[in-house]
Amino acid sequence: MLEIKDLKVNIEDKEILKGINLSVKPGEVHAIMGPNGSGKSTLASALAGRDYFDITHGKIIYEGKDLLELSPEDRAREGIFLGFQYPVEIPGVSMVNFLRTAINSMRKYRNQDPLPAGDFLKLMREKKQVVEIDSDLTNRSVNEGFSGGEKKKNEIFQMALLEPKLAILDETDSGLDIDALRIVSNGVNKLRSPENATIIITHYQRLLDYIVPDFVHVLYKGRIVKSGDKSLAKELEEHGYEWIKQEVDAEM
Amino acid sequence: METLTATDKYVDLFEQKRNEISNGDPQFVKEMREEAIASFRQSGFPIRKEERYKYTHLEPVFDGELTFDFNPRDIQFDDNELFRCDVPMLNSNVLTVLNGFFHHPEEAALTELDNGIIYGSLKEAIHRHPGLVEKYLGKIAQTADEPFVALNTAFSQDGVFLYVPKGVQMDKPIQIIHLLLSDKNLMVQHRNLFILEKNATAQVIVCDHTLSQHMFLTNSVTEAYTGENADLDLLRLQNEHNNSCQVTNTWISQDRDSRCQHGTITLHGGIVRNNLRISMEGEGAETNALGLFLTDKMQHVDNYTVIEHNLPRCTSNQYYKGVLDDISTGVFNGKIHVHPDAQKTEAFQTNNNILLTDTARMHTKPRLEIYADDVKCSHGATVGQLDEEALFYLQSRGIPKDESRLMLMDAFTWDVISKIKQSALQDRINDLVGKRLRGELSRCNNCAMHCNE
Repeated sequence: MLEIKDLKVNIEDKEILKGINLSVKPGEVHAIMGPNGSGKSTLASALAGRDYFDITHGKIIYEGKDLLELSPEDRAREGIFLGFQYPVEIPGVSMVNFLRTAINSMRKYRNQDPLPAGDFLKLMREKKQVVEIDSDLTNRSVNEGFSGGEKKKNEIFQMALLEPKLAILDETDSGLDIDALRIVSNGVNKLRSPENATIIITHYQRLLDYIVPDFVHVLYKGRIVKSGDKSLAKELEEHGYEWIKQEVDAEM
Repeated sequence: METLTATDKYVDLFEQKRNEISNGDPQFVKEMREEAIASFRQSGFPIRKEERYKYTHLEPVFDGELTFDFNPRDIQFDDNELFRCDVPMLNSNVLTVLNGFFHHPEEAALTELDNGIIYGSLKEAIHRHPGLVEKYLGKIAQTADEPFVALNTAFSQDGVFLYVPKGVQMDKPIQIIHLLLSDKNLMVQHRNLFILEKNATAQVIVCDHTLSQHMFLTNSVTEAYTGENADLDLLRLQNEHNNSCQVTNTWISQDRDSRCQHGTITLHGGIVRNNLRISMEGEGAETNALGLFLTDKMQHVDNYTVIEHNLPRCTSNQYYKGVLDDISTGVFNGKIHVHPDAQKTEAFQTNNNILLTDTARMHTKPRLEIYADDVKCSHGATVGQLDEEALFYLQSRGIPKDESRLMLMDAFTWDVISKIKQSALQDRINDLVGKRLRGELSRCNNCAMHCNE
C-alpha cells in the first residue's frame, strides 16, 4: 500500500529526515516512536503534503502512485488521512459546512453525486457515536473553542466520516486524559479493517496499550534506527530512549 | 496665462450655472449654497499632504473630462427590464435616484402617509416642507468639515428625503437605488436627508449602481438625524463598475439614547472614498458601524470614519474588514474622538484585512483621541494573509485549494455580514459577497442584484 524509499527532507537547509524506508501493507498498524525532534511530525506532514519543507531525495509510492506528485487534497481523495497533532481552529467555518464540503469533494473525485442533506446528517449522527461526541459539537466552527480532548475526538470523527485507506495519526494521544484516550483509541480500533492501514506517531507507549501495533519503529535523528513488534514499545516504556540514543550515537 | 485649478473650475461652473442649480430654491437653500461655494473656494480640493487624504488623491478625478446635468434628463427606461433590485423576502419601498435626480415617472414625487411618514424627492420636500427641512439640511453635514460636503452642498439639487415622526415605526424598509446611466462621462452629486424623531425607527438600504460603461463620478452627501431613543438602520451597498469613482459623505447626528447601525459594503467601484462621521449629541447613544470591502485589479477603497463621543455613556462599536486581491489598495482611517465630557464612554474599533497577493496594499490607521478619564476604549488592526495552516487543514480533508481559500474568505467576511440585523438582507448580502469572491460579479456592470434572471 505504502512504500517510502530513502526519503530525505530539509527544512531551511537543515536535513530533518535522512533517508526513511518504510513499507506498510493493508490491515497493518505501524507505530512510529521516538524522542522529541526526531522528525516524526515532519514524516507525517510529508505524507499528507505540507510544503514548508523540501523533499531532497527519495520516493513515496502509495497504491502504485507517486504520492509526491499529488496535491494535499488529491492525497486525501486517494484515501490518505492525517490526524493532526494540533488541529487548526477555523472561526467562521461551521463543522457541518466543512464536513459536507469535504465529503462531497471526495465523492466528486469518485464521480459520485453529492450526498443529499438528509443522508449526510444521518451519516454524521452515526459517525459521531464512534467517538462519543455530543451533538452540539457539529454546530460550532471548526475546532474553535474545542477543548484538547474535543479536538482529538473531532479528528477521529472526521476519519470515521471520510473512511481513509491509510490513516496517519500524529501524536493523537498528546494532551488527552485517560477517558478521552480510551474513547479516541476505541474509535480508531472500530475503524480498523483488513483493507486499511494505520500509522500511529507517538512519543509515549501508553496509546499502544489501547491500539496494539503490528510493527514499532523508532525514529531518531531523522532515521528509523530500530524496528520490531509491540514488545519494542514495552522496552521503550521501561528503559526510555536513552539506550537507543547511546547505541546509535556510538555507531555514528 | 494662469492655468485653472480644479477648484477654480468648479467655482466657475457654479457661477455660470447658479440660476439653473438653485432654480425654485427657497432663500435658506440659496444662502446655504453661497456659503458652501465660498467655503469650497477657500478650502479647495484636499491635497496629498493632508493626513486624511494621504492615500486617496481625488483632485485629478474631479479635474477629468466630465459632463454635468443640472436638470433631470428624460431617459426612457423600464425599471423592471433594466434593473431588478429586489432582495428576496425583503419587502421594501423602492425609491430610484437616476443620475442624481429622484426618478418618479409614475408615482408621486413625495409620498405622505397618514401616520405622518414622508418620503420621496428631497427637492420636493424642500418645496413642500421648507420649515422641516431647514431645521436639518446642512446642519448635520457642515461645509467647513469637509470640502466634498461643501462641493455637494453648493451643487446638489435632489435626492431622497425621509421623515419619520415621533413614535412612528416604519413597517417596511426604504430601499434607495442610485442609478447611473449616461452616454457620456458624468458627474453626479445627490443628497439624502433622513430625519427620525423621538422613538421613531427606520431601516434604509442604499444601493449604488452603474448601468452604462461610461466613467461616473459621484460625490454624495447623506445626512441623518436620530432623535431621542430613535433607531436607524442604514446599510449601503456599493456596486458601481470599476471605471467609476465614488465619494460618499455620511453624517449622522445621534440624540439621547438613540441607536444607529451603519454598514458599508463595497463590492465594486474603481475609486471609492467613504467619509463617515457619527456624532453623539445626546447621552447614552449607541452606534454600530460595519464595513466590508472586496477589491481586485486596480480598485482603491478608502474608508475614513470619525466617531465623536461628545457626551457621557455613549457606546460605539466599529467593525471593518477588507479582502484585497491583485494590485488593489485599501485604506482604513478610523478616528474615535472622546471629548472631555464624555465619561463612561465605551468605544471599540477593529479593522482586519487580508491580502491575497504580494502586490495588494492596505493602509490602516486607527486613531484614538481620548480626553476623558473614565472610559473603555480599544482598537486593533491587522493586515495579513489567509491562514496557511487552516488552508492546509481544509485541503487535507480533500477540499481543493481554491475552494478552501473561498471557505476561509467566506468565513472572514461572514464575521461582518453576520452583524447585519435583517436576516433576509443578511442572506442576500452574504450571497452577493460569495459571488463577488468567486469572481461571478466581475462582468456585471449593472446590477448585482439581478437575481430574478
